[in-house]
Amino acid sequence: MTEPEKLPISVDALKRGDRTEFARLVDEYSLHIYRLALRMLGNPQDAEDVLQDTFLNALRALPKFEGRSSLSTWLYRIAVNEALIVIRKRKPQVSLTAENEDGDEGENGDEMQIVDWGHLPESDLLSNEAKQHVNQAIQQLPETLRVVFLLRDVEGLSIEETATTLNISQAAVKTRLLRARLRLREDLSNYYHERIQAK
Amino acid sequence: MTIKSDPHKCSQLISTISEYVEGTLSPQLCADLEKHLCDCENCTIVVDTLRKTIDLVQTCTEDDCLPNDVRKRLYQRLNLDDYIFNP
Repeated sequence: MTEPEKLPISVDALKRGDRTEFARLVDEYSLHIYRLALRMLGNPQDAEDVLQDTFLNALRALPKFEGRSSLSTWLYRIAVNEALIVIRKRKPQVSLTAENEDGDEGENGDEMQIVDWGHLPESDLLSNEAKQHVNQAIQQLPETLRVVFLLRDVEGLSIEETATTLNISQAAVKTRLLRARLRLREDLSNYYHERIQAK
Repeated sequence: MTIKSDPHKCSQLISTISEYVEGTLSPQLCADLEKHLCDCENCTIVVDTLRKTIDLVQTCTEDDCLPNDVRKRLYQRLNLDDYIFNP
């Protein structure tokens, strides 16, 4: 049996202070915001704080919401900003417009790990230890790359939506996404190479 | 093993690999790269394992859920207690 299609969330109702509509917004996006925050911060308590602060800020800012971006993009932007506040408290030098992540240097393929690990059985690729390693690999990405990767490849935002959410150019999104994906591939190649050699 | 064969072509592939796996690369560049992939085993492995990397991350994150206690505290903080189980 297919589930009945959900009605789109009404911005007008939200702006009127309709609690039922706000509850629908929370229900629809809370998992996405929590997952993004958890993967950005790697700490469940920090992720929960970001989740709560995102919706509290959204509630306060709703009267000023002009609808120039979608509700989801707007919420993701609030969540990313909240998560960055946490990250900056840990490491004050972090900036989302870090120039060194958008230049032409790097990833030229000279020293890439070439291991054909894609043929490994699912039991190896998706063992609990492997899943833990995947999570650690995401955590080890620089924040500027990690947030782009999470929005695009985990949350499924388009390149344009990711750029709007982060207030950066689409070219910068593409560059950072390429670097994030290649770094993760390299990390996982090293990891699975060790597993293959151990057999 | 490292990429050493025809480094110019290999580097060109690396710079467009993201768009290639997304299917958004222009038809001409796509055809060029697929021709190169026929001759370069290393780049074929890079493309395959990049795709697999993205798949793995998506598989590892699709089971994520919002813990019940986190959800309950969120609704309480937002004064939406009466919507916790039936939004």
